[in-house]
Amino acid sequence: MNDFGLTIAIPRGALLEGSLEALDRAGIDTSEIRANGRKLLFGDIGVVTMRPSDVPTYVEAGAADVGITGKDVLMENPERQIFELADLGFGRCEVVLASQEGPDRAAAALSRLGVMRIATKYPRIAAAYLDQSGRQAEMVTVHGSVELAPLTGLADAIVDLTATGMTLSENGLVVRETIAVVTARLVANRVAHRLKADVIEAFAELVAGDPTIRAQTAQA
Amino acid sequence: MKARIPSGTRDVLPEERAELRRIETTLLGVFDRFGYGEISTPTVEFQETLSRAGASSSGTSYRVLGEPGEDLALRSDMTVPIARVASSRYRDADLPLRFCYIAPAYRAVTPHRGQPREFLQAGVELIGAAPGAGCGEVITVLSRSLEAAGLKRFYIGIGDAALYPSLLAACGVAADDGEAVLRELGDRDFVGIDREVAALGISADDAALLTRVPRMRGSAVLDETVDQQLDGSLGAIREVVGSLDDDVAGRIIPDLGRFPRMGYYSGIVFEVYDPELGEPIASGGFYGELLGRFGMPVGGVGFAIDLDLLHAALAGEERGETGR
Repeated sequence: MNDFGLTIAIPRGALLEGSLEALDRAGIDTSEIRANGRKLLFGDIGVVTMRPSDVPTYVEAGAADVGITGKDVLMENPERQIFELADLGFGRCEVVLASQEGPDRAAAALSRLGVMRIATKYPRIAAAYLDQSGRQAEMVTVHGSVELAPLTGLADAIVDLTATGMTLSENGLVVRETIAVVTARLVANRVAHRLKADVIEAFAELVAGDPTIRAQTAQA
Repeated sequence: MKARIPSGTRDVLPEERAELRRIETTLLGVFDRFGYGEISTPTVEFQETLSRAGASSSGTSYRVLGEPGEDLALRSDMTVPIARVASSRYRDADLPLRFCYIAPAYRAVTPHRGQPREFLQAGVELIGAAPGAGCGEVITVLSRSLEAAGLKRFYIGIGDAALYPSLLAACGVAADDGEAVLRELGDRDFVGIDREVAALGISADDAALLTRVPRMRGSAVLDETVDQQLDGSLGAIREVVGSLDDDVAGRIIPDLGRFPRMGYYSGIVFEVYDPELGEPIASGGFYGELLGRFGMPVGGVGFAIDLDLLHAALAGEERGETGR
């Protein structure tokens, strides 16, 4: 267990490196995680690693006291009863609506057929966004390689996460609208937030790092 | 073919039911000792009655098809039915009134998340008592009930629903402008609180206060100097905690960021936390307006314990003691 006595859920994948740096700032020795690509549970330092989308599940149930995950995951699971403590600033991405280059197929589908088909890993973010602007959309939920959907005619457009836009442009897709800018967030279980208040505040202060950096990302 | 039951409901079989019955009997014994009389009310009520409580704190209630022209619904808690009973049957009675219950309530849930649609609650309502003394009494009943049931390691978080709105007003924020901050506060989204406070366009000192207070929790918060810094806004919480026996007060975690998202709570609010569970096992608070909507302009205070969660916490503590 770490000095804080907290069980910490951190995401594998794109947010792992930033999360490990955050743990380093809190003085937690992350060398074993860095050396070990397959192990999931690091009991000596109170860390569990998992898919980003599982972090809210573990934290809500109290299986982890605190966790790090993307704002996109939190937006997609708004019913999860967890507390969002801090914007950690790293892992900056955009959730975008994208379709194939050239005339916008999605706009054409909407105007001619009254509805467009959207392929996405984020059906709730996409539905809420399109709903707000009064557009009818049919959600096609896919679990990977979302870019494939418009190329094969499965969907007119996609709603997906992009950091650099590289994967989109390599697949002949262009961003039509930016839905949200997301970064990594520190979240806490609501019981732990009260019962372990002091250590959670201390931990949050250390992992959140330089507040000026966070202020800049919040403005961006 | 097997007949199924709706997701979020369940059958309780003898082994579990016997354990629950022991807990229920213990709780009712404590409620009785404090002078609370058990009552029961219909599971279905007129939708119009239940909707007088405003947006329900436990989600939309289920509508029921009644006789043509009847708009019925399942209760989402017992507080509103008891407010109805008090206002219709006890309007001229001597106050305060003390009622307790063990009854199922119903709420809408997200499918397949294992949340119960029907859940069994044990609770009390104290109607027409002064807010401070009433909350002190009810928190004492809550604590003594849980102790009697065998729960050992629980804490009671206490907040004040009126605290943050009054701070907003003191910082010169109009009620409409403060809505967005209160919404983020209800979700305990600190990133959102910081963002919305920054958008208010108030002085840096006021903004610092409004972002700091939601994070303040733990017994140090009750210090007199903190209260002075907040212009005495902690008076209500300090009065209640000060009225408690020492051992009950030792279980209290003041929590200045607690703001009930919706519902009828207008003053002191409290929740029970146990390290065995990731969610609160009981909650309650003071409601100043609810009875007035039934024509009985007095306040009330009550709590409801979720019996399944209490049972799970008891089982968890037991496992912990036997070394898992």
